[in-house]
Amino acid sequence: MSLKHVNAVIVGSGAGGGVVAKELAEAGLSVVLLERGKWFTPFDERKDDLRNQRTCVLGNAFGPDERNPRVYVDASGHERIVPPTYGAYSNNAACVGGGTLSYGAMAWRFMEKDFRLRSTYGTVEGSTLDDWPITYEDLEPYYEKAEWEIGVSGDDSNNIFRAPRKRPLPMPPLPPTREHQILKPAAQRLGLHPFDIPMLRNSIPYNGRGACMRCRWCVGFACEVDAKCGTHNTVIPTAIKTGNCDLRCECIVREILTSDRGRATGVAYYDSDGRLQEQSADLVVVSCAAIESARLLLNSKSRLFPNGLGNRYDWVGRNLQGHAYTGAIGLFDRETYDDLGPGASIAVCDFNHGNSGFVSGGLLANEFIRLPYQFASRTTAGIPRWGAAHKNFVRRYYRSSISVMGPMQEMPIFDSRVQVDPKVKDHWGIPVARLSGHRHQNDLLGTNFMSAKAEAWLKEAGAATVIRSGPISLDGPSGGQHQAGTCRMGSDPKTSVVDKFCRVHDVDNLYVVDGSVHPNNGGFNPVLTIMAIAYYASANLVKTRKGMGAT
Amino acid sequence: MQPSLRLNRRAFLQAALTAAAAAGAGVACSRNGSPWRFFTLDEARALAGMVDQIIPPDQDAGAVWAGVVNYIDRQLCGPYQTLQETYRYGLEAVDQTSQSTYGKVFADLESHQQIELLHRLEDGKAPGAAWKQVSSAEFFRYVVDHTMQGFYGDPRHGGNREGVSWKMLNLPYPPIRGRVRSDLPKPRSG
Repeated sequence: MSLKHVNAVIVGSGAGGGVVAKELAEAGLSVVLLERGKWFTPFDERKDDLRNQRTCVLGNAFGPDERNPRVYVDASGHERIVPPTYGAYSNNAACVGGGTLSYGAMAWRFMEKDFRLRSTYGTVEGSTLDDWPITYEDLEPYYEKAEWEIGVSGDDSNNIFRAPRKRPLPMPPLPPTREHQILKPAAQRLGLHPFDIPMLRNSIPYNGRGACMRCRWCVGFACEVDAKCGTHNTVIPTAIKTGNCDLRCECIVREILTSDRGRATGVAYYDSDGRLQEQSADLVVVSCAAIESARLLLNSKSRLFPNGLGNRYDWVGRNLQGHAYTGAIGLFDRETYDDLGPGASIAVCDFNHGNSGFVSGGLLANEFIRLPYQFASRTTAGIPRWGAAHKNFVRRYYRSSISVMGPMQEMPIFDSRVQVDPKVKDHWGIPVARLSGHRHQNDLLGTNFMSAKAEAWLKEAGAATVIRSGPISLDGPSGGQHQAGTCRMGSDPKTSVVDKFCRVHDVDNLYVVDGSVHPNNGGFNPVLTIMAIAYYASANLVKTRKGMGAT
Repeated sequence: MQPSLRLNRRAFLQAALTAAAAAGAGVACSRNGSPWRFFTLDEARALAGMVDQIIPPDQDAGAVWAGVVNYIDRQLCGPYQTLQETYRYGLEAVDQTSQSTYGKVFADLESHQQIELLHRLEDGKAPGAAWKQVSSAEFFRYVVDHTMQGFYGDPRHGGNREGVSWKMLNLPYPPIRGRVRSDLPKPRSG
């Protein structure tokens, strides 16, 4: 049962796969884009504060569902099967657009040093920290392309730490919220450099879609006015419009098929009716996010690749990272909240690098929207957990508090990893991902430092009381929606999985294009970097293909 | 290779996977002559006593008025089906603990006695025998979290009656689903 041969099959339609689909389709290649989830539109939107991608106590809105379990191994070696709604699962949405449908949409460029951490800070004991095989300069044009094609609003001209950009952002920032107006002068008084966060969100009509309506249902939800810019409403429709891209939803890829000569020949997948299909292609692009991409490579075993594809030196699935989040909440004597979305709008990058006593750092920004249950279910030490004191706390401070939070750049750890579980299979009979590992001591030092800086900022802003996030736990692997690192990009095939163009070292027509390839994940939300690398890898792919005389 | 060959593994998964059971929402919920989907009358009384201490009524409604018991009852026949036993054992143990300490069921205690007992549950210091099946601290954590969901979450799930908690927080109810253009500040430039 084989389908019509195509030039490229792309597995996963998120930040990486969506961009590759468009670039290849526009270059004239025939493309099949496989997505395990559904295609949601703004009309499917159901704003449910207990059932969304951010707060999934009653389920995920955009998948994956319970047919897709994982195995989680905790610090004491105890393993358990976890459904997608558990934190330990490290879920990322399963739908067209992937995480970009429901994300908060911060659009960060990594800094120059983020590509040169080892050169900047030296070897870090207990970590596989290394420089990238590419530099910021290599990616700069593609960051710009992502900003203009997918659409970014904001203004980082006051960020003196930012890497040089050739072109400003295409859209101005949204007007400041009350929080923004309180935090900005406070940061300036402290000598910090606050600016408007770049966001993949229309602040003005752009790309044929309208502007943000400033509702509070943002991160974790799809945008009902379609003002949030993801791959689902930009590059993927463009790819389809070329006539060269066939998007197939609810398709579960079982394995990448290879020939006797060690080249990829296509993929085997279960279609939406559960039938096994084979799609042959000249090249295969894996863009399933760090955990599922590693799982797919590891599940693609054959005589030539007994340990899975790209895994000759046992690096696939290693160095699983995400972000350690930290910060503080400030309690004010006056109202600070104006109920205007998207919430996060002001940030500082003063603490991403150059701190003493630990490696790297991260940005600090005001938090996204506060839905009442999210606010009431905080369990930070120092906040009452129940009873009259808790109710008074929520009533008193819901509109009179500001949270400042940020993602700490994590140190990659060889033993924090994705494997395939030897026993547990998913609904389709495919071995599931098995997550295990721990975090690095540096993550703890950095988050302690950052939460102290968040506290200082909030105090300067006039908070009567500031409650810092507690110390992070180093037990268990990181991951989550910012998952990265499992198919490291590098020059040496013995210590990485893909080359600088995202091509798997020992299979010349197999690519991994998503956060998996990041050697380290920045002190930033990684999506714009994933998009930029996807443009960069696609450009090379198209060029190489033309060089070979193929069409 | 067809997926049908893997029935055993699938059966294993279904047994092990918490959320899988939710597929049959409502089916396993018997009524026992109770107006609730899952709870018996005694269980619902004990739970009502607990949730109204977790979010007590004052100038604003408390958890019971807001329908938190209904919320939890409903979720126990839906996404929280796997917690049915936890609630069954937990609520029984609450009443047992209350009986052995004060000679009354939880719902009949004075408010300060209820609070005292809940603190003991929270700290895991409730008398041991009743809590063999489920730890008191873990059960209490569930009840606190589910109470927050039922009180502060969307009314569509059976709690937060009339959007009472949102009104308490001075949030528009029904929630704003769109803003009129004139309501918005203008972008700075461009």
